[in-house]
Amino acid sequence: MSQLLLDVNELTMRFGGLLAVNEVNLKVKNRQIVSIIGPNGAGKTTVFNCLSGFYIPTDGSILFRGEQLAGLKDFQISRKGLVRTFQHVRLFKRMTVIENMLVAQHRHLNTNLLSGMLKTPGYKRLEQEAMDRAIYWLEEVDLLEHANREAGYLAYGQQRKLEIARCMVTQPELLMLDEPAAGLNPKETKELDELIIRLRDEHEISVLLIEHDMGLVMGISDHIYVIAQGTPLADGSPMDVKENPDVIKAYLGES
Amino acid sequence: MTEASLYFLQQIINGLTIGSTYALIAIGYTMVYGIIGMINFAHGEIYMIGSYVAFIVITGLLGMGMVALPVVLFIALVVAMVVASSYGWAIERVAYRPLRGSNRLIALISAIGMSIFLQNYVVLAQGSRDVAMPPLVSGSLVEFGSLETFQVTISWMQLLIWVVTLISMTVLTLFISRSRMGRACRACAEDIGMTNLLGIDTNRIIAMTFVIGAALAAVAGLLLGLYYGVVNPFIGFIAGLKAFTAAVLGGIGSIPGAMLGGLILGVTEALTAAYFPSEYKDVVAFSLLVLILLFRPTGILGKPEVEKV
Repeated sequence: MSQLLLDVNELTMRFGGLLAVNEVNLKVKNRQIVSIIGPNGAGKTTVFNCLSGFYIPTDGSILFRGEQLAGLKDFQISRKGLVRTFQHVRLFKRMTVIENMLVAQHRHLNTNLLSGMLKTPGYKRLEQEAMDRAIYWLEEVDLLEHANREAGYLAYGQQRKLEIARCMVTQPELLMLDEPAAGLNPKETKELDELIIRLRDEHEISVLLIEHDMGLVMGISDHIYVIAQGTPLADGSPMDVKENPDVIKAYLGES
Repeated sequence: MTEASLYFLQQIINGLTIGSTYALIAIGYTMVYGIIGMINFAHGEIYMIGSYVAFIVITGLLGMGMVALPVVLFIALVVAMVVASSYGWAIERVAYRPLRGSNRLIALISAIGMSIFLQNYVVLAQGSRDVAMPPLVSGSLVEFGSLETFQVTISWMQLLIWVVTLISMTVLTLFISRSRMGRACRACAEDIGMTNLLGIDTNRIIAMTFVIGAALAAVAGLLLGLYYGVVNPFIGFIAGLKAFTAAVLGGIGSIPGAMLGGLILGVTEALTAAYFPSEYKDVVAFSLLVLILLFRPTGILGKPEVEKV
């Protein structure tokens, strides 16, 4: 059995009287694709917001490689190797594609100002590495030819892929994707599907996914968690979940 | 050339001179607004402090018997920039950062409070009277036209203002467009939350913005101090408002906009003062502000603000 990368226990988030997330448990192992599904408003994105430091959870623990994340600031969490995307595209639209890729590596270039101004050999080497990594990932998502275009001018599907590439240059261990297939056409969805599998198999990272496209979720997930009204409903392999009567009831309503 | 056109040319020259310094101050407003969406009303006081520091350094150096002009100017410039930058940094740290995330109005009130505090602090420390900046740069570079009609003059001081402004703006533009920190700055201006999530400590970028704005205001402080020859603790208020107008005119949040807005405002003022009673120049400047806010709130180069979700 592979080691536990993310271990979330009894995560709870309250907004005043509203219980948005109620004692959710999540386990992600190394090199695993794990999905969270559930009806709209089930609290999936709230879980993401807690994990990425956007909200401070009311209760529960978030262990990432055994380290407590609850209470850390968002930029500290991403430095630990846990990065995310959003339901809507959040690229730096007025910057070029390559600049988007470089700004994400800002902290890897964290040398002092003086060496940056003098362009010391050490600084140049780091800069070159950042550039190489950016080019590598642009190639992976088939965007290299658009490197010097402004990100805002890319087609929607390309913007989605650029977001994933931009996350990858930060060298994460866990990538959290919030509805990455939303708005994609079937061909783009298939490419996304292959990309996510490649991230797990070739780049050996784990992916935590929120997605409504059941074809995508069932096809690539190693494990699925179902949440309804903030409360865990079921979890298991795609087959288990598909046949779980509670899940069917939550999705289709009582019959 | 006719007398009228020579007169007009002189006004343009004067307007571009004042406009350059407005542009230098306006950068501080526009960069801070571009990133945290807040008007730093204490920014005018930073300019005033820069002017005072330059005055103190120049009179000190002259008193010690140092007369090499370029050296005196250079030392004054560097010291003024460093001191003003530390004020800019400290203001952000003390008065704005603790309020980040709260209502924008609260930070604005804090800024106004900071402005009043700084003004009075300088009154206490330096007295409220005008102090005279030694006329270091005098004489004129070019004179043409004839003495009988009208003589157009470009003074050395005006040339100095143009050159220093041009260098500062070029360095700033290169820094923003090429450097790693400049890139992070632009990223913050577009989406500060996302920049944070990519592991960048945006508080440091914000602090840096304040430092850059303050340094440029100090450059303006030295230049305008020498140009007008007097400095007092109240110059920050009106200069701040003018530069703010320039920033809004050019499109607040846009750096080229602030440069352009400063020049347009300077020329407008000079022309008003030349053809109407000169008391009207502030009236025209601020009428311009009202008109822009009414008819083109995004300014000349500003982009329409898209509400971030």
